[in-house]
Amino acid sequence: MAKEGFWHKAFHLYYDGFRQMTLGRTLWLVIGIKLIIIFVVLKIFFFPDFISHHANEGEEADFVATELSHRVIP
Amino acid sequence: MYLLSIDPAAIDWARAQFALTAIYHWLFVPLTLGLGLIMAIMETKYYRTGDVFWRKTAQFWQRLFGINFAMGVATGIILEFEFGTNWSNYSWFVGDIFGAPLAIEGIVAFFMESTFVAVMYFGWEKVSKGFHLASTWLTGIGATISAWWILVANSWMQYPVGCEFNPDTMRNEMTSFLDVALSPYAVDKFCHTVTSAWVIGAVFVVAVSAWYLLKKREAEREMAQKSLRIGAIVGLIASVLAAITGDESAYKVAEVQPMKLAAMEALYNGGPDQSLTAVAWVNPFVQPDYQNEEEAPLRIAIPYGLSFLATRSLHGYVPGVNDILKGYTREDGMVEPSVQEKMERGRSAIETLAAYRQAKAEGADEATLSPLLSTLKEDFPYFGYGYIRDESELVPYIPINFWAFRVMVGLGTLFILFFAFILFLDWKKKDIASMNWLLIAAIILLPCAYICSESGWLVAEFGRQPWTIQDMLPVGASVSNIGSSAVATTFWLFLVLFTVLLAVEISIMLKQIKRGLNK
Repeated sequence: MAKEGFWHKAFHLYYDGFRQMTLGRTLWLVIGIKLIIIFVVLKIFFFPDFISHHANEGEEADFVATELSHRVIP
Repeated sequence: MYLLSIDPAAIDWARAQFALTAIYHWLFVPLTLGLGLIMAIMETKYYRTGDVFWRKTAQFWQRLFGINFAMGVATGIILEFEFGTNWSNYSWFVGDIFGAPLAIEGIVAFFMESTFVAVMYFGWEKVSKGFHLASTWLTGIGATISAWWILVANSWMQYPVGCEFNPDTMRNEMTSFLDVALSPYAVDKFCHTVTSAWVIGAVFVVAVSAWYLLKKREAEREMAQKSLRIGAIVGLIASVLAAITGDESAYKVAEVQPMKLAAMEALYNGGPDQSLTAVAWVNPFVQPDYQNEEEAPLRIAIPYGLSFLATRSLHGYVPGVNDILKGYTREDGMVEPSVQEKMERGRSAIETLAAYRQAKAEGADEATLSPLLSTLKEDFPYFGYGYIRDESELVPYIPINFWAFRVMVGLGTLFILFFAFILFLDWKKKDIASMNWLLIAAIILLPCAYICSESGWLVAEFGRQPWTIQDMLPVGASVSNIGSSAVATTFWLFLVLFTVLLAVEISIMLKQIKRGLNK
């Protein structure tokens, strides 16, 4: 019988590991829900990139310069 | 001078939201670092002795490590979202200096931790004992390296080095990666933070072990007794190291952030031969009248202690709040200008920057631009002072700094004594398992360890106010021109989300602890 290669062993490490998980299933469920909330809900609906929404591409430095200089009134 | 068109409430909400997220994130990180070390020690015992008991013990702590690790994953990402939305001026201004360490952290965390965590959990029957042990150690080391890069980024904000401001791109550009990565401030912060995280891991192991002994759980008795001993050894070494590295951190703070040290000590008027305040009455709810009070009332102090802490000389000069505002001569002979002078130079830097960009946009020649650049370079170290309206804005909220510092040091000292006492009893062959009062004390100390650790961060972050980047950019200029209601909404959203996640974590963790050695 031929010896198993590295990639085969690596695949089975993860495959068997995930299949035999007990506590891990609950943890992955929590991680999954958390990632969906963070990346799908929070990032898209609540945390847009402020500068790219207010400045055209390539004009970000002008936008920030204006912001910083206009924050001050002599 | 005053900040234009920025709702002050937006600044407060953005700060509150960042603090909430960072505090929540920091509930998981120290236990990951601390438990990472202790579970690796347990497995090393198994590797050396071949005793299956140690394998089961290591696996038990690895399961608890896994719960904490899973709950902490990605909570730090939210901080990066907040940079882009709430702190956009700051994000742009710091440029690649902040981005590079965070990118390295992300790559290290993903590849190193995900690979070795998988081998640690799935590889017990599939890889050799040596390779498995190496993976367990590398899981903890990977997390520690990740922490290094985050702390490098934080340290740069407190002590900006290795960079130069480019007025064309409006960004700080890295001139020396090594100066940023190996900044003495970052080295001190890393050593202090990591050793304090080991303390949390040790307190956690001792507390869980104490619970088994208190509950008279026979199946876990041996595991609890031996874990308690290892936890106490790690805890004693780590808490002593945390005290030593904390002293080094305070020395560095005295050098580069004297106002933070003055706030920590409620030192209104400094001078040579300064004593270190042990306790004093600083009203927690009111900023003291530092301009008129000589010192905080009911002060008990250690003679010459502060001078030694800050300058390594019993007679060294330590500036107080009022000295820093008025200007003073440093211990090394350098004259520190008054804040009024710094504010004037800051305004000059802001005006020169605007003039430079205007001239450049109008196609001015080198002869016109060059003197503007020279002036900007000269005044840029005080750029942030140009946004300061009143010098009182430069004084951080003293009560929080003063009390948080004492809570941290007081609890840190208590941990040293507690771990030393446990090891003394162990050395004397006393039956710790029958000392219920000691076991209850060990459990009570667990929340105290978190309070201690979070207090350290309160000192670090409140103490540097009003700056996001020390002397370069205050919070009012860093924050996005965004409505306070939007930030307030996400603040409450986070509060609910984090509370639910924390309840889930504690619930899963307690369930697993109750199961004990049974999977």
